[in-house]
Amino acid sequence: MPAQDSSTHGPSASEPPISGLSVLGISKGFPGVQALDDVSFSIHRGEVHVILGENGAGKSTLLKILSGALQPDSGQILLDGKEIHLKTPGAASQAGIAAIYQELSLVPWLSVAHNLFLGRECLIGRFFMSSKRLSEKADEVFTTLGLSLDPKALAGDLGMAEQQLVEISRAFSRSARFILMDEPTASLTETEINLLFGKIETLKKAGVGILYISHRLEEIFRIADRITVMRDGKSVYSGVAGALSLPELIARMVGRPIGNHYPKETITPGELLLEAKDSVSGEKGLAFSLRQGEVVGLAGLVGAGRTEWARKIFGADPDPHMRIKVSGTEVSVASPRQGRDLGMGMVPENRKEHGLIAGRSVLHNITITIMDWLSRLGIVDQKRQSAVSAEYIGKLSIKCPSDSVDISTLSGGNQQKAVLAKWLAREGKIIILDEPTRGIDVGAKLEMYQQMNALCREGKGIILISSDLPELLSMSDRLYVMHEGKFVATLDKREASQEKVLEYASGLGYKNTNRNGSVGL
Amino acid sequence: MKMLLPSGLSKFMSRYGSFGVLFVITLAMSLANKSFLTVPNLVNVARQVSINTIISAGMTFIIITAGIDLSVGSLVALSSCVAMIIIEATGSSLLGIVTGILIGGAAGAFNGAFVAWAGIPPFIVTLAGLTIYRGIALIITGGTPIIRFEGGFLSLGQGSLLGIPVPVIIMIIVVIFMHFLLTRTAFGTHVYSVGGNEEASRLSGIKVGRVKFQVYVMGGMLTALAGMVLMGRLSSAQPNTGEGFELDAIATVILGGTSLMGGRGTIWGTLVGAFIIGILNNGFNLMAVDAHFQLVAKGVIILLAVLLDRYLKRKQA
Repeated sequence: MPAQDSSTHGPSASEPPISGLSVLGISKGFPGVQALDDVSFSIHRGEVHVILGENGAGKSTLLKILSGALQPDSGQILLDGKEIHLKTPGAASQAGIAAIYQELSLVPWLSVAHNLFLGRECLIGRFFMSSKRLSEKADEVFTTLGLSLDPKALAGDLGMAEQQLVEISRAFSRSARFILMDEPTASLTETEINLLFGKIETLKKAGVGILYISHRLEEIFRIADRITVMRDGKSVYSGVAGALSLPELIARMVGRPIGNHYPKETITPGELLLEAKDSVSGEKGLAFSLRQGEVVGLAGLVGAGRTEWARKIFGADPDPHMRIKVSGTEVSVASPRQGRDLGMGMVPENRKEHGLIAGRSVLHNITITIMDWLSRLGIVDQKRQSAVSAEYIGKLSIKCPSDSVDISTLSGGNQQKAVLAKWLAREGKIIILDEPTRGIDVGAKLEMYQQMNALCREGKGIILISSDLPELLSMSDRLYVMHEGKFVATLDKREASQEKVLEYASGLGYKNTNRNGSVGL
Repeated sequence: MKMLLPSGLSKFMSRYGSFGVLFVITLAMSLANKSFLTVPNLVNVARQVSINTIISAGMTFIIITAGIDLSVGSLVALSSCVAMIIIEATGSSLLGIVTGILIGGAAGAFNGAFVAWAGIPPFIVTLAGLTIYRGIALIITGGTPIIRFEGGFLSLGQGSLLGIPVPVIIMIIVVIFMHFLLTRTAFGTHVYSVGGNEEASRLSGIKVGRVKFQVYVMGGMLTALAGMVLMGRLSSAQPNTGEGFELDAIATVILGGTSLMGGRGTIWGTLVGAFIIGILNNGFNLMAVDAHFQLVAKGVIILLAVLLDRYLKRKQA
C-alpha cells in the first residue's frame, strides 16, 4: 500500500508532482534491513536534484528502483502525474530514464561510436554497419552536446571522465528525459569534474532532469538546484539548494543520536604493535600507530584509500615502498601469508568474495588459517580441529546447527564472526576490521562491538575501517582521517566529532589549512 | 513442477546423487542381460574402469581447484612410450616404470607452473600440453608402436593377486589414498579452499600457487601410472593411444558430482562416475548395441544424469 502522507518532508513534497519524475511513499526491505522507508520526492525537468546521505542511507537502492533494476515493496512511481511500472531496466529506458552507475558499462574494445549505438545499430543500417555513417551519427550527438570526442577511438582507451561523457551522450541520444548519476565524480580529477559539470549544465538547459547521488559535499553546491538528505532509508530533508548551509546538511546526514548502542570500553594501551606510513606522502607524512588494547579507526570517504592501505599492511596487495614496523622491527609484508605470520589478521570488507569459502563447512572456514598447526606430516588431527572450531563457535557465540553446515547458510552476522574466528584461532595480535558491521543487523552489530572490547582486553590491537561514522567515532580510541590516499589528520577520541571528521574526509579541512580557507565551512 | 519420483526414492537420490544413477543403471543392465550380474563379468567391468578411474582421481583434485587437464590422453601415450624405450634399452621394467611416472610428474609440473604462476587459464595450458606431449610421443617412437611380450611390466596390466586383477588392486589403492589425501590432510583442505574461494584462501595465508602446482603434478603422475597399466595390458606402448581419455575422465568426474566451478567434489563420487560409464560400455557390449549408437546413448545418459543431479540438488536447497 502506498503511504500517502508525505507532507512532513519539506517543500518538494508539498508541491503537486505533476510534471517530472516522482516517487511516492516508496519502501524497500532486504533481509535484516529496511533500505527505503516511505520515501517521496520528485525530479523536475531541467534541474539537478542531489541526494545526500551516508553509506547505507538507501541512495543506491533508490537509484536501482528508478532504473528498473529493483522493484519496490510498496509505493508509486509517477511520470508527469501518471503512475508507471518499471519492471525491467528496459522499461525504465522506454520511459526515458537512464542510469549511469559508478562502474561504467562501456565495451572497452569497441569504438566510441559503436558504444554509443550499442543495441540500436538499426539506426545506422539494416545489416551492414558503415563505420563512416556510424561516426557521422556519433558526431551529430557530440556536436549537440558540445563535446569533442573521437567516435573512432576505442572506449577502453578513454579516461574515466571521457567514458562518463560517452555514457551521458548515450543516455542523451536515447532521448532520456531523466538521467540518474551515482557518484559520477568518484574517480575523476578536478579538471574532469569541471568538464562533467559543464555538460550537466548543457543537459539542464536541454530540459533533462538529473538525479545526482554523491557524498562529496564540496561539489554539490556547484550544481544542485535542490537537495534531499537521506538517512537510514528515510528522506529526512528536502529543499532548495542554499536553504541550508553545509554544516546544517551534515548535521542532518549524520543526525542519529549516539546512545549506548556502542558499549565501548577503554583500556590502557600496552606495547606498540604496529607503525606505518601511508603510501602517498612518503617520509614526511603522518605515521599511523597501533598499541595493544587499542581500537584505532580509519575514517574517510569511499575511495579515500583506507581499504587499499589496510590491504598493503596485511600483504594482500604488497607494496615494497611501504614502511611497516611490527613490534618495533621493520618488516616487509609480501603476501597475506607473511602478514599472517607477523600476527596480523584481516576481516575483509567484501565478506562473500574475500572472507568466506562458500560451500565449505563452518569448521573448515574457522580452521583454514591453522591447518599447519593442526596437522602432523600433513595429516589433520580431526579431534583437535573440532575442538578448536567448537571453542570459537562458543567464544563468539556463532549460531549454527552444527559446525559441518555450509558457511553460506548462516546469517550475515554469524558469517562475519566465523571470518573473525579464523584470525583469533591463528592468535592474531593485529586485527584489521574492514566494515565489520556492514549488512548485519543491530543485534549482531552489538555482539561485534562486545567482541572488539574482549579482544582489546586480551591485548590485541584493532584497526577499524568503517563508513558508519557514529560507529567509528564511538568504537575507536583514536582516529586517522584519510583523503586521497593520505592520512590528513589524527584525532583523539575527545576532539573527534562527526563534523570535524567529515570536514577532513572531504578534503575541506585539508584545503582550509592549505589554501587559507578558500573553501571553508 | 510435480515430483517426478516417489518421495522415498527421490530422497535417496538427492542424498546419494550419482550413486542412485549407478544403482538404476546396474538394475536395468542386469534385467536386460543375464550374464551382466555374474562375478567374472563384474571383475571384468572393474578392470575396464581401472585406467579411467586412476586418471579421474587426479582429475578430481584438479577440477576441485576449478581447473581442468586436457593433456591426460597424450600423457598416457608419452609416459608409456618413454617407459617402454627405457625397458627396451635396459631390460629393467622397474626403471622404465619409475621413469614413466616421473615423466608424468614433469609434464604435470609443466602444466602446473603455467597455471599457478603464469596465470594462464588451465584450459589453454593443458590444450597446449595435449598437442606437445602427443607430438613428443610420436617423435621419440617414430610414430610406430613398440611391442614387447616379456618383462615385469606386463603384470601391471595382466597379472592378478588372489583372483583380483592387478589394475583393480592399483585402482583401489589409488582411490583410498586419494580419498584420504582429500579428506584427512591439510593439503586436501587447501585444495577445497582454493577451489571454493581463491581470493579468500590467499587472504587466509594459503599458498594458492603451490596448491595448484601440486594438483597438476599429482594428476600427471597418476595419469602416467594409468599409462603403465595400459602398457602392461596391451603388451606395447603406442604413441597414438589415449585419444579422448581426457573427455572420459572429465565426464567421470562430473558424473561423480564434482563441480566444474570448483570447491565441491569427492573421490567416491568419481569412482561411482567411472562405474556408471564402465557399466554402460559393458552392458551395451553385452547387448551387442552398435558402437556408433553407443556413443550417442552415452552422451545422452551423461546429460540426463547431470540434469537429474541438478534438479534434485535444487529441490533440496
